Amino acid sequence: MALTESPSYGAISRRRKDGGRALIAAASVLFLAVGLLQALNSAGILPLGLKDWRPTLYAYLLWAVALGVGMVMARGEAGLKALFILPAALFTVAMAIFPTLFGLSIAFTDWNLASLTGQKFNGFDNLVQLVRDPFYWNAMRNMVIYVLFVLVEYAVAFGLALLLNAEIRARKFWRVVFLIPLMLSPVAVSWMVGKSMLEYRFGPVARFARWLGFNNPSFFTDPWVARLWIEAMDAWVSIPFVMILLLAGLQAMPKEVIEAAKVDGASPWQRFWQVIFPLMLPVSITAIVLRIIFKLKLADIIITVTSGGPGGATDSVSSFIYREYRDRSNVGYGTMLAMFYLVLIVIFITLLLKFLRRHMQRMT
Amino acid sequence: MAAEATLSAATAADAGAGARRLKHIAGKVGIYAALVAWAFVSLFPVYWTITTSMKVAKDVQLGHLIPWVDFQPNWLGWRSLGLSPDTIGQVSTVRDEFLGRFLNSVYTAFGASFLAVLIGSLAAYGLSRFQYKFLWMKNQDLSFFFLSQLILPPVVLALPFLVLYRELALLDSIIGLVLLYTLTVLPIVIWIMKDQFDTIPIELDEAAQVDGLGPWGTFFRIILPMALPGMVAAFILSLILCWNEYFFAALLTGSSAKTLPVMVASQTGSQGINWWSMAALSTAAIAPLVVVGVLLERYIIRGLTAGSVKG
Repeated sequence: MALTESPSYGAISRRRKDGGRALIAAASVLFLAVGLLQALNSAGILPLGLKDWRPTLYAYLLWAVALGVGMVMARGEAGLKALFILPAALFTVAMAIFPTLFGLSIAFTDWNLASLTGQKFNGFDNLVQLVRDPFYWNAMRNMVIYVLFVLVEYAVAFGLALLLNAEIRARKFWRVVFLIPLMLSPVAVSWMVGKSMLEYRFGPVARFARWLGFNNPSFFTDPWVARLWIEAMDAWVSIPFVMILLLAGLQAMPKEVIEAAKVDGASPWQRFWQVIFPLMLPVSITAIVLRIIFKLKLADIIITVTSGGPGGATDSVSSFIYREYRDRSNVGYGTMLAMFYLVLIVIFITLLLKFLRRHMQRMT
Repeated sequence: MAAEATLSAATAADAGAGARRLKHIAGKVGIYAALVAWAFVSLFPVYWTITTSMKVAKDVQLGHLIPWVDFQPNWLGWRSLGLSPDTIGQVSTVRDEFLGRFLNSVYTAFGASFLAVLIGSLAAYGLSRFQYKFLWMKNQDLSFFFLSQLILPPVVLALPFLVLYRELALLDSIIGLVLLYTLTVLPIVIWIMKDQFDTIPIELDEAAQVDGLGPWGTFFRIILPMALPGMVAAFILSLILCWNEYFFAALLTGSSAKTLPVMVASQTGSQGINWWSMAALSTAAIAPLVVVGVLLERYIIRGLTAGSVKG
């Protein structure tokens, strides 16, 4: 049996290298040219009769393919390796980075879809209006409250994880049952719980409240009660997620440590606070940070159940901006609100990670 | 006397053991009571929705709860969807609309999950095996770049996409939604898959290289089959997230590409206490995922815990 020599990609001919580079350059020129022609077309300077920007999209796709082929030609094996990450990178740039920058350009205009005049740059007017907008800051304050509730969700989830980690029969059955709310769409939950179970006349919760002695139970008229029910629905859907992370952490914990604590005569209470809780800290903080990231996107339940009411008491930033788009078509201002929110949460998450990184599980 | 002393000591020890046993049993009862209580919390809304879909107005008003005991199940709700046994053979516009929305949800969820797992797995394998350097960014920074997209709230992208999709004639199209959903689940897929590839020993890659396979041959012939469980986990998790997505679908679809959550939400808006048909619609919308959740729970847990818990 002869040992086959691994093929060497080291030697790439000069011609192949130049060919690859030329291909990338040609595709780039083509892409830019199509984009430029389209811009002239839509500005009305050079009427080409193009109805939409599809040609530019196709030019981008062509450019992406040419970039891949060109890299393999010019750089051999290194190019082949770069090809793995290229699709995801180009996709993310085109779908996340570019639209975000594009959004930034809309954020500084007075664009309203209902007005006939189209968009006009208006400098920092939107920002000034934002600072003075009481409803926006109200939504922001609600977000702080919702985010703080993550700690309550965490406490409940930890309790459930401990239950599932105890010596119980049919552990898998209980785990599946506890996981079910996670599968349900927030919109369906909005109807199932928010609109029917919490209905003030016939809903089972209202009935139960009346049985307990509340005369006129209503769940979405008092600001705090409404906020709590929105939070309860969101918690109901997402507690399983936190629970599963914590359960995995509990199961990965070395058994000897707990046994040793038992032998030392520590009570269950002491065992939890002095052994289990500190050992679970990295998993806990990872779970909480992830949960906060998802919490900051909270919108669906609020949009479908309360539309932010009563008087904006349940509004999240996302649901508020959603209504700014939907009901007032105020896209320039709404986009500024969204961009400002993005900046705030990027700062918030960055600080959070900076302070907590030491205590967290390795994430990247 | 000595005998008496030992006897009393024995009873004392016995009593101690008895008390401990009692405490043990009380603890067990407490645990099972808590389990049952939370199972009730988890399941009651689902039970309520399914039973309500079989009620008539009277049962709703009187607050009947248990079928056959305090109310007779009725197909009213399902008939209004055209999905009851007696209407299933007939022509129904409501059913056609429902099936259209249902299929849209299937196409977008499966399309986006497939695309995300495809490009996400490739990127995750590259990040797990090769050393990249792009401008100032090394592997660590590139991983963070992909993961950080998770922070981006949908509301930031909603309007730019509304405008861009209008210009690209992708508004109200399934492809547009698929691309957007792929973006939202891509960070999660990359996270899960990178975790998966990191657990596969690199010696396998080296052996494959010695056998003359290039990086792509190694990936497809050797590593991919081994990473299949992680891919299934990533796929299922993406499926759930895409199936339930509402925000983008509500803003970017009009009539033809509307998905199931949008249909459910639009029905709740028009209040007509048509509880039975809303309940039937909600049941039909959540049923596929409840089935997926029960059957593939193992993969969901695997996907959720990837990367965040290291034993």
